[in-house]
Amino acid sequence: MSRQQHKPRSAAAPRAAASTSSGAATRAAATTRAEASRARRVLTPLFTVVALLVVWELVVDLGLIPNFLLPTPIQVVQALVADIALILGHAATTLVETAIGLLIGVALGFAIAVLMDRFEGFYLALQPLVTISQTIPTIAIAPLLVLWFGYGLAPKVILIVITTFFPITVSLISGFRSVDPDVIDLMRTMNASRWQVFLYAKLPAAADQFFSGLRISATYAIVGAVIAEWLGGNLGLGVYMTRVRKSFSYDRMFAVIIVISALSLGLMKLVDLLQRICMPWKRVEGNKR
Amino acid sequence: MGTGVTYAEKPQASGAGDAPALEARSLTLSWDGRATVVDRISLTVAAGEVVCLVGRSGCGKTTILHALSGLTRPLSGQVLLHGTDITGTPGHVSYMLQKDLLLPSRRIIDNVCLPLLLAGVPRADARAKAEPLFERFGLAGTEEKWPVELSGGMRQRAAFMRTYLMGADVTLLDEPFSALDAITRVEVRRWFCDMAHELGLSALVITHDVDEAVSMASRVYVLAGHPSEGVPSHIAGEVRVDHGAGEGDFALTPEFLAAKRDVLSLLG
Repeated sequence: MSRQQHKPRSAAAPRAAASTSSGAATRAAATTRAEASRARRVLTPLFTVVALLVVWELVVDLGLIPNFLLPTPIQVVQALVADIALILGHAATTLVETAIGLLIGVALGFAIAVLMDRFEGFYLALQPLVTISQTIPTIAIAPLLVLWFGYGLAPKVILIVITTFFPITVSLISGFRSVDPDVIDLMRTMNASRWQVFLYAKLPAAADQFFSGLRISATYAIVGAVIAEWLGGNLGLGVYMTRVRKSFSYDRMFAVIIVISALSLGLMKLVDLLQRICMPWKRVEGNKR
Repeated sequence: MGTGVTYAEKPQASGAGDAPALEARSLTLSWDGRATVVDRISLTVAAGEVVCLVGRSGCGKTTILHALSGLTRPLSGQVLLHGTDITGTPGHVSYMLQKDLLLPSRRIIDNVCLPLLLAGVPRADARAKAEPLFERFGLAGTEEKWPVELSGGMRQRAAFMRTYLMGADVTLLDEPFSALDAITRVEVRRWFCDMAHELGLSALVITHDVDEAVSMASRVYVLAGHPSEGVPSHIAGEVRVDHGAGEGDFALTPEFLAAKRDVLSLLG
């Protein structure tokens, strides 16, 4: 364009400068747009939460719901701050129960899944039992466990094991079965042992579904621990909850709910982190998409 | 483990020296032990020869491949490797499918090393053996990549390298290129033929593509029959392909067309 018009060099130079700066401007605009959409993704849900809290605060402040039935968010935060040391002490007990129960539950679920995958008879024999174990309501069985195993750690851990092994077993079995039979045939032509087929093909193929199962199990585990503590025990968030309920301090009740939610979220994030470490090939796929 | 096999049986009377690399003698096969799918087929692959077995979809090609690789036992008949009976014992011939079957959780180098790793070779030794081959197989720079990062053609090359590293004398290929798009297929096929020639590979390629069979093989076995309608497949005939001096595009020569016509008439 500039060649046709035979503009003097001095005039062309600023235009070139302008065009590069406009290119930079487009790029900058693109980044701002990406940032804006990221900000929107964070800000929109944040706005919903804040709006809900404001409505909640107003509903109580205006006397639409009596304060002795529903504490305001500000009161909940004050209760949380006031009682934080006590709550964290109880939370430690709950977390220990959760960790032990979850570890045993995962180990048991893993062992059952491997056996069910390896032996068809085992699969046929256990499959209905595994499913039935999931239809038993936790609330109904928890008091019995307390009756049988006392107020200590045992009933809590057992309840967590019962609720957590199932998602693990089911996800692993379907993961093991997702391996292309041709991969197994190929490995057999290479004289692979069953163990090698398991290690190289089946286990990695099940990893994705295993972590989905683990994410569910982790949240079940905390809830399971709290329920077991409700029904009997000396320590733990469930015990704390029963005590504050009996003294009608609902602000502290809500405070402990916040703590339980935070623990569940933290545990799920931990599972995500574990998955990223265990499945490096998944990170590449994630980048591509 | 798998590669250094000692044979209990003595070579057959024909003598190991002039025995074909792979021979199937009167194989009768079934699927799930029920109806006969393949009736008394016999074929040979000489050392350094690429042979094709062509037939319609569903005529039992994969059943034959499974029997030849030793994954299944035939109802009757024998599979011989250099004159030694290997019927029903896997681990002697390598095997490649249309799906690359790369393990998504292993890097390319560990995928191609798979047969070595499975045979108990330490990882460092296996990698050292595979590394110099990457250049030759057109895979330089992909060693540490994950399978998802490679294109279909590259993945198939990696699958072929894995097959090669199994170190077997004979390679079976089941529709190895049919999952690739048309242009990549021609490219990878041509590359495969060059590599097979260079490596002195004995290969049996199973395909339903007559053009592919005629352009690749020095001999084409034609499989006919309709197992699903109760007519077991048998070998309808064998077509020798004269590749001439190898100048110009073979697919445009009268020899190619003559061979193709013969194969099509045998397919019926």
